[in-house]
Amino acid sequence: MTESKTSPAVEASLTALAVSLRGVTKTYDNGVMALGPFDLAVRKGEFISLLGPSGCGKSTVLRIIAELSAPSSGSVRVARREAVPQPGHGIGFVFQEPTLMPWTSVRENVRLPLRLGRVPKAEAYARADAALASVGLADFADAFPRELSGGMKMRVSLARALVTEPDILLMDEPFAALDEITRFRLNNDLLALWRSLGKTVIFVTHSVFESVYLSQRVVVMTARPGRIQADIRIETVEPRGEAFRTSTAYSDYCRKVSAALAPSYAEQSTL
Amino acid sequence: MTGQAIITARPSGAQGALRFVLPVIVFAAGLLAWELVVRIKDVPPYVLPAPSIIIQTLIKDWAVLSESLAATLLTTLEGFVAASIGGIALALLFNQSKWVEYSLFPYAIVLQVTPVIAIAPLLLIYLEQQTAVVVCAFIVAFFPVLSNTTLGLNSVDRNLAGLFQLYGASPRQALRFLKLPAALPYILGGLRIAGGLSLIGAVVAEIAAGTAGAGSGLAYRIAESGYRLNIPRMFAALLLLSLAGIVIYGVLALVSHLVLRRWHESALGKEN
Repeated sequence: MTESKTSPAVEASLTALAVSLRGVTKTYDNGVMALGPFDLAVRKGEFISLLGPSGCGKSTVLRIIAELSAPSSGSVRVARREAVPQPGHGIGFVFQEPTLMPWTSVRENVRLPLRLGRVPKAEAYARADAALASVGLADFADAFPRELSGGMKMRVSLARALVTEPDILLMDEPFAALDEITRFRLNNDLLALWRSLGKTVIFVTHSVFESVYLSQRVVVMTARPGRIQADIRIETVEPRGEAFRTSTAYSDYCRKVSAALAPSYAEQSTL
Repeated sequence: MTGQAIITARPSGAQGALRFVLPVIVFAAGLLAWELVVRIKDVPPYVLPAPSIIIQTLIKDWAVLSESLAATLLTTLEGFVAASIGGIALALLFNQSKWVEYSLFPYAIVLQVTPVIAIAPLLLIYLEQQTAVVVCAFIVAFFPVLSNTTLGLNSVDRNLAGLFQLYGASPRQALRFLKLPAALPYILGGLRIAGGLSLIGAVVAEIAAGTAGAGSGLAYRIAESGYRLNIPRMFAALLLLSLAGIVIYGVLALVSHLVLRRWHESALGKEN
């Protein structure tokens, strides 16, 4: 399922791709078809958003890429470094909820992926502290999750996803529950991290504005079973900042994406 | 004036003091009334001993009573430890295998719903007395540990479980770093119930053993003193049992609070 030791020619043709899904479908045990057939190719270092109505299978796509869920049919290829010792280390996952362990400190929460991968303690703590510093939470390493605000918890969750230095970051509506100001700040911080670390990001959202602001490509999905409705490239002057958020180009893109999204909602007769 | 200021600034502290002081006042008033009734009506001690007589008896018979107290506490402790280990281990086993759970769970319920006072005489026939008493304490105390631990192990956050899967956690790692910590508040709740119940189990078994003519625990002392119409000693032994129950509950509540105070809602203040 995952590409690791293929012939050099095939390898070369795939190096540009971080993730490739072909004809992927997912049918649940109760017979409901949640996804597909779905095709997606994500280049290395690309920031893409999956946008669609609730229940269209956006999260399922992420879970399939992360191997948390198996596709019912189709092929999944995820490019991985050779030196990755354990499955999952090439991938960082940020859930909709912060999903922190409430019984232990922020530092221990961030160290968890390394602990599970049996990284030596001293090295693991150093990397956890570095990851916390990269999200601006160096001073909160000893705090417990409940002592933090919603935005800070999400930052911890992001630090935990980054601590294994993954090539691919999967984010499942991570900022949906936050207030707008906090979300804007985290959007900017995420963009800054993406520019400095050069990771591939697949970002699931149901916010048109967030998807246009963040990503190089917005993939609009249909209602269940999720297929690709439109694939819209967002081109603007990089690095993006608050100026982009208030520009006419931004609102033009938002209008275009909204128009592409409208049929997906029209299909949902129950809403 | 300053004292009043502190009280108004910290209503929770004042309320805490009240919660402590009021029961003590009620207790003292009750004792006083008891003492007065006995003295005024001149009730003989073999009908109703005055509190002062009970205290005197407690001091006078301390040698006998303290030995019995130690015996009962040891039984309780053994039953409690066995119930804790047994309950948690069985819950872990159930969590690993549905087959084991389906096969054994009904019998755990049968043990729970059958009154232990009815089982005790039978156990005393087949087991040595000390063993039988501990087994009784175990039977009564183990079910809350089992059911609470099972509930806790099944309450693990689904996304956290997914995260462990993503990072390739082994079953042992998932148990140690995820399931057990997540179940801890439930387990501690179960242990708090089990502490009191193991004392009850021990007492019930001692009384059953006492009627069979053997025994050394506090409950046996109560039964024995009853036959001898030594009512003050009955009260003194009862007082010790009651104190033991309070101490057991207090210790377990304290442990639970200390373990959970940094993260679990149940142990946090109500400041927000």
